Amino acid sequence: MSGTAAEQLIEMDGVEKVFSVRRKEGRLRRVRHEVRAVDGITFRVPRGEMVGYIGPNGAGKSTTIKMLTGILVPSGGRLRVAGIDPARERTRLARRIGVVFGQRTTLWWDLPLKDSYELVRRMYRVPDARYRDNLARCVELLDLAPLLDVPVRQLSLGQRMRGDIAAALLHDPEVLYLDEPTIGLDVVSKAKVREFLREVNAERGTTVLLTTHDLTDIEQLCRRVMVIDHGRLVYDGRLDGLRAAGEGERTLVVDLARELPPIEGVPGARTVKVAGPRQWLVFPAGQSAAPLVAAVAERYPLVDLSVREPDIEDVIAKLYAGGRGGVM
Amino acid sequence: MRGSAEVLYTAVAAGSFRRYATYRTATVAGVVTNTVFGFIVAYTYIALWHERPHLGGYDQAQAMTFVWTGQALLAVSALMSGGNLDELQERIRTGDIAVDLYRPADLQLWWLAADLGRAGLQLIGRGVVPMAVGALVFPLALPGEALTWCVFLLSVLLAVVVSFALRYLVALASFWLLDGAGLSLISGLACMFFSGMVLPLRVFPGDFGHFVQLLPWASMLQVPADVLLGARTGGALLRGLAFQAGWAVALLALGRLVQRAATRKVVVQGG
Repeated sequence: MSGTAAEQLIEMDGVEKVFSVRRKEGRLRRVRHEVRAVDGITFRVPRGEMVGYIGPNGAGKSTTIKMLTGILVPSGGRLRVAGIDPARERTRLARRIGVVFGQRTTLWWDLPLKDSYELVRRMYRVPDARYRDNLARCVELLDLAPLLDVPVRQLSLGQRMRGDIAAALLHDPEVLYLDEPTIGLDVVSKAKVREFLREVNAERGTTVLLTTHDLTDIEQLCRRVMVIDHGRLVYDGRLDGLRAAGEGERTLVVDLARELPPIEGVPGARTVKVAGPRQWLVFPAGQSAAPLVAAVAERYPLVDLSVREPDIEDVIAKLYAGGRGGVM
Repeated sequence: MRGSAEVLYTAVAAGSFRRYATYRTATVAGVVTNTVFGFIVAYTYIALWHERPHLGGYDQAQAMTFVWTGQALLAVSALMSGGNLDELQERIRTGDIAVDLYRPADLQLWWLAADLGRAGLQLIGRGVVPMAVGALVFPLALPGEALTWCVFLLSVLLAVVVSFALRYLVALASFWLLDGAGLSLISGLACMFFSGMVLPLRVFPGDFGHFVQLLPWASMLQVPADVLLGARTGGALLRGLAFQAGWAVALLALGRLVQRAATRKVVVQGG
């Protein structure tokens, strides 16, 4: 375990998780079936990175996180978090990681929020000064001051979520696993949570693995994204690369001086829609918009224009539809 | 290391105590229920002891003491309910237990601490008041020396630990059962009878009477009541405490084994 800049905090090599499920067939016969929830996943996450981990329901996201926290033992492959084998040393690892489940809480239901934090302090043996600093920071950035004396059961979902995120960070974890941290939150709460995560990642260098169905979370927070489907990684790379990988298309919207027939003869682009003087042209996401704009401006009375990125949801839907081993 | 673990579990117990302290309405309702039932059972026992004086070796004052001790310990020893552990059962059922496994804390000690906090509050809330009312209305055989009261409190502490250890096993069964409610019900009924809540175990004659006094449930009411009403003194007192401590250790150890198996099941098969 060296502290070099290129240190890989999370290492997964061909990790598998096979569940054996017994299913009834006929009246008495029960047949064992193997379900490969995670089917040979390999990736590395360097210290300080914030990575999005996405996939459809049942793709194996939660199983991966459970293995990374040590509450599930992999059926095969090698797994290390901060140099620790999670399943072997779950309790030792627990002191160095933070986990937030959007749909579960670690807070004490009937007690004021601050009581839960006191308990966290003792559980993780956070030194006093450190605890005060961290709590003050979380309280400020997550707007928790008015909530500290409120019993957790009286908090709204957004408030409780902020409370849970703070609870996961008071002991300065090196890695933070977030499973759907913005689920069910309103726009303002979502923004607040994202802003906070960005700060934590930037200032503390906390490594973050973010699982979500809300792709805006990923777009706003992560440069790198991993897509899992049927237990396999189907994409691992930069978010903008995902658009090209998913054969996404960008859209050039032009406003002409007057109503004209659909624009023709622009290489690499085709007109898909006309509404009055406004026209929509689509072109491959990998291609530059500049020559298209030049070509249009040369032959048409161009008044205004905008370029729209492909909708990331569509891109990912295409990836999922691509199925096993699609893009990589 | 050792010291900070104690600090943690003390904090858990204190938190649980404060948590139960917030349930004021429930506490008041419980006190009223225990007091009312105390009167009903007391008059039943008076009728019984009138017909059969010295039943089970108790005189009438001792029988009355047994009744009010039973009411005082009903909530403390969680003789009818799961106490804190209904919540553990629910966390296992919903899968929230996964969150608890991420923590660097021992599951059994955590819940034991929480249950002791609960019992502490309920001893003050639902224990003291019914006992005081009973003592005002009926002649009770209460000890004069402070030492006996202290030994009684020690016996109550052991009663709570045995009760916890049993309920912990019941709650852990939810890892294997789809719904633990049925088992909880059976466990509650067994507890009501075998703890002596229905009738003091000493009343039952012959081998059956001896047998029921060897079961762990006897630790939960029969032994502490006998300590308080003076039916256990000297060697019998020490044997009673050793009996409780023995069951506490055995059941806690069994709980650890089952906990390990349950954790392994979750860890290997998923939640």
